[in-house]
This record gives sequence, structure tokens and C-alpha cells, in this order.
Amino acid sequence: MSEQNKKPLLLQGNEAIVHGALVAGCRFFAGYPITPASEIAEMLSVELPAVGGTFIQMEDEIAGMGAIVGASLAGTKAMTATSGPGFSLIQENLGYACVAEVPCVIVNVMRGGPSTGLPTSPAQGDVQMARWGTHGDHPIVVLAVSTVMDSFTITVKAFNIAEKYRVPVIILSDEVVAHTREAVQLPDAKEVKVLNRIRPSVPPDWYKPYEGDARGVSPMASFGDGYRHHVTGLIHDEMGYPTQNPQEVEKFHKRLSRKITHGFSEIQMTNSYYMDDAELFVIAYGSVARSALRAVQDARKNGVKVGLLQLITLFPFPRRTITPLLKQCKAVLVPEMNSGQISREVQRVNQGRCTVVKHNRIDGKFITSWELYHRINKMIPPA
Amino acid sequence: MTIPAQALRHEYLRHNKTFPHVWCPGCGNGIVMGALLRAIKRLDVSKDEMVLASGIGCSGRMPTYLDFNTLHTTHGRALTFATGVKLANPALNVVAIMGDGDATAIGGNHFIHAARRNLNLTAIIINNSIYGMTGGQYSPTTPFGSQSTTSVYGHIEHAFSISELAVTAGASFVARATVYHADLLDKLLEKAMLKRGFAVVEVISNCHVQYGKRNKLGNAVDMIKSYKDQAITVAKAKKMTPEEREGKITIGILEDRDMPISTEEYRKVQERAAKLKEKA
Repeated sequence: MSEQNKKPLLLQGNEAIVHGALVAGCRFFAGYPITPASEIAEMLSVELPAVGGTFIQMEDEIAGMGAIVGASLAGTKAMTATSGPGFSLIQENLGYACVAEVPCVIVNVMRGGPSTGLPTSPAQGDVQMARWGTHGDHPIVVLAVSTVMDSFTITVKAFNIAEKYRVPVIILSDEVVAHTREAVQLPDAKEVKVLNRIRPSVPPDWYKPYEGDARGVSPMASFGDGYRHHVTGLIHDEMGYPTQNPQEVEKFHKRLSRKITHGFSEIQMTNSYYMDDAELFVIAYGSVARSALRAVQDARKNGVKVGLLQLITLFPFPRRTITPLLKQCKAVLVPEMNSGQISREVQRVNQGRCTVVKHNRIDGKFITSWELYHRINKMIPPA
Repeated sequence: MTIPAQALRHEYLRHNKTFPHVWCPGCGNGIVMGALLRAIKRLDVSKDEMVLASGIGCSGRMPTYLDFNTLHTTHGRALTFATGVKLANPALNVVAIMGDGDATAIGGNHFIHAARRNLNLTAIIINNSIYGMTGGQYSPTTPFGSQSTTSVYGHIEHAFSISELAVTAGASFVARATVYHADLLDKLLEKAMLKRGFAVVEVISNCHVQYGKRNKLGNAVDMIKSYKDQAITVAKAKKMTPEEREGKITIGILEDRDMPISTEEYRKVQERAAKLKEKA
């Protein structure tokens, strides 16, 4: 594999996700065919059995999500991939993965919605659904990819976060990233940092599967390891047994949140471009971040002091990075292929400090660098 | 071999913080649980290798009490989680315990596909003809004309035969017992767990609290005794006309066939894929 990786590969985003998953140690995929995510399943159906892993096409996305949670509990790194309509169906067992703290990765290659919507058109309409789609109060990690290379590296990071914090991690791709082909130089698998869940080291009798260490994360035993324990979607105590005791319920919820807040510096990822002297800036994510970067570069050529903050982590929303920039700049442009699902987060963090300008497309068309370039020029305050 | 109940309790019930259980006095779930534990004991399955998955409902609580690797999943989805567990670690013994609404309404799609897929799994369905935990609403096995909290004018839909559904969907082994026929149930569960392939055991059980009372079927004892009168063997059922079989419960092994098992077929896929990869 290492020899092969020395020459660049011409890959589409979906294929790069597969490469990332395999390098990260994913050995189980369960899912259901759906455009524009199907290539991920197709490629994994070829690759996984060759490395001793398992691929299964289930009867629907509900089953796909259930199966990856089961596989992860049996000790295997697992993922599923889907698009809008399937993402609606996975929400039920995604909630289960949140409550039972089962590491797994869910890829949603976004297409136009709601419902069957626009199956082959790009959109970013599932951002708030990724955050709040499954019912009940819960923290969640949502990452967005914008290039083919991202699709590789962020997938590895998604597995690492899932394993380290015992959480499901959602990767939002979109139709543009998924189907764009780019030449990429993938790193040698040996050079990629891969994290694995911590296994219990105490004797089985002492094992408390939901006690949590200082970070709030509990070591995770696999079914069959000798650490017999109970896993449930009910709110549970340290042993995993259902509880309605208010103190235990509150403790449970707080620990789930705490383990994510403790990991903010690692989980919250952004890329900053031309921000040092910026007076204006753009906040963008996914394929739109590519258009935004080009627009910013073009505007810079004209002397416009504009920068770009690309969000890789959408949730937990990286407010620690964004807040100082909102203080630094006069205005921020938030382009999105939806009606404003991240701009509302920006406004929430902004609290009136800086002018927030939305730029939204909901017509199934990609936001081009040209339209953002013009939008940036309109934002320049008169001299 | 009779196994003293106390020995079973000491060996298989969890010793820490899961009791009292949620089941009503006289519930058939306990009989099913006892039969399952006796089957596990007789087959000498290691507790570490035993996985018990359930969905939601009264039956869903069974894993909580038992000292195995236990997995209380979402409503209707026990078989999907069980599929993931079994494929990820085929050495594990995986049993899914479900209710009638759980397995054949909300989980109906998973049930027929699990049967078709033929993984080496055991599915036990406790069929009490009602949604008990939510208060007595009609389920896919509530008989035509009967009373439930959502069919107070009489139920107008027809009931599924869970076992026939499993046979048609392709399960390798399908059997039915009632909670009256505890000895038979022991044997059927043992056979089901030994069976290589997807094995289904349907257990007709009493919910005298939510179903019996509304339909004037008496208390737990009356209902359990009625299964004795209604039960006919598979051999006997074959000689009867459909009209004669009306209102009867056919018990015994309804299907037992050998087919390729997808867990084992997948090992062959892995070998083929690895060989091709080597060549490339």
C-alpha cells in the first residue's frame, strides 16, 4: 500500500472517505443505497472483505445504523454513509449511540431537501438536523469536509474523536465534494495518527461501564471480552442499569456534555486564511469554503483586507475561535447552501459586535467564487 | 435433566441493582426467561460468549436482569443491532428477544430480512397479542373482533401468524410453543440455539392484565390453561382442515431446513477478496 501511495491518486470525495476510513481502522460498514453517497458503500463492499472487515447492505438506514452500533459494541470500528432521506431514518439509533456512548462514524453526503428533494444537487440543508436531529438534549460532534483531501483526513479524525470520546461523529459532505475528482497525495498509512478506544484494565468484577474517568470517558469493553455489562438506550447509572433517580439522571447528562467540553481544543477544528490583518471576513464550510477561498484571494489582489475562516467542526460550534475574529472585523459574510443554518450560530455568538451578512442559495446551485467576490466587494465600507 | 430454579437464579441473574423486575405477577415472560436460561445451561454456553439483545416493551427488559453481554436496543431494532454484533464477532452466541408488536409491527421489516438473510441468530418472540407496556393497544397479532384500548368497538384488522411469516421469509428453523408448554419450550429453545442459521421461536404468552381482562379471558392461570386446550401438534394440524384449525394453536417445529448461512458465506467472500487483492 505504501508504494502505491507515493504516486498521487485521482479520487472523488466519496472515495477519499473510504481511504480515510480504512486507514483509521474501520472494519465494518452497514448501510442502504442512496444518491449521492452510494459510492462509499460500493467501494467498501470491495475493500472491507479484502482486509478481513465486513460490509453489509441492510434493509433500510434504520437497520444500517443499528448494525454499526452492534458492531462497535462487539469491538469493531464501524461506519455508515447516507444522504438526506436516509439521514432522517438514522436519527433514531443515532440517539442510541449518543446515550449508550458507542463510537461510530456517520457520513451524510448532503443533497437538496426536504424529503426526496433534489437527489443530485448540492445543498447544506442538514446542518441543524445534524445538530438536533435525534430527539432529546445531547451533545454531538459534526465535521464538514470541503475537498477530496479533507475527505480523507477528516474521516480519520472523525474515527479518532469517536474512539477517544466514545461518541458518534457525523461527517457532512455534499454532492460537490463527493463527486469532484482531484489528484491527491495520500499519506502513508503508517504516518497517520490513529486512536483506539481505551479498554478496561480492571478485573471484570470492578468494571463500571459508565463511570467515566477524569475526562468523563469510560473505558469500553467489547462483547465477548469477559466484561459482561448492560447497554441500554434508557438513561442509566454507572453500571448501565436504567435509572430515574434525578441525581443520577443529571449526573449522566452532565458527564456526556463534560467529555465534549473537555475536548474542545482538540475537537473544534478550523482553518484560517488571511485573517491577521483582516477587516472583513468570510465564515464558510463544506464545498462553499473552496469558493470563498478563491473569492478572498481575488479580493486580496485588489487590496481588500478580507480573510476566511473555514469551519471544519460545525458542532460543538467553535465560538472560542470565532469570537475574537468578530471583535477584530467590521463585517462577516456567511455563505451557505441553505437559508442560514450556520449564520444563526454566528449571530448567536456575535451578540451584535459585528455586521453579519448572510448569503444563501436554496436553488440547488453551487455558490461560485465569482458571486462571493462581488458580495465581498459590496461589503467594503466607503473610504 | 432438571435444573433447580435456585441454581439458575444464582448463576444467571445479575446480583447487582436490577430488581424488582417490571413484569406483572403471573406474566408469561418469566416462563420464557426460565426456559431460555435452562437452554443456555444445557448447552453449556459461556456467559461471556452469550449476547442477549432486546427491543422495547415488557420483553425488552429481560436482558437487564441477566448476567450476559446484554443489549437493550430501540423499539423493533433488536435484530439490526444483533446483526452487527454477530457479523463483527461470529464467535458470539446472539439471541434476540422481542415482543409481537416489537418484532412484527415496528420491526417487521428487520424481522423478514433477518429471516431472509439467514445469519446464525436466534430470535424469540413472546406473542401476547397486545402492547402491554404502553397500556393495551392492539398489535399485529391482536385477533379480529377483540378489545384493546385502541379498538374498543372491536378490532377490524386481521392478525399475523408470526411463525408462518418467518417460514415464508426464509428462516432456517421455526417453532412455536406456549407458556403452558414449558417443557416443549425448553427443547425448542435448545434446538433453536443449536441450529445453524436464523432460528425463530414464537411463544404464545398471556397478558392477562392488558389483554385478558378486556377480553374476558380470566386471570393468568385461566389464560395459561386455555393454551393447553387450544394447542395441537404439527402432526395433528396437518390432518385438519383450515376450518378445524380455527382458534387452535399449532405447537412444535414448523420448519427445519439447512441453507447456506450468511456469516459463513461472508468468510468465503473475505477469502475471495483477499486473494484478488494479493494478485493485484
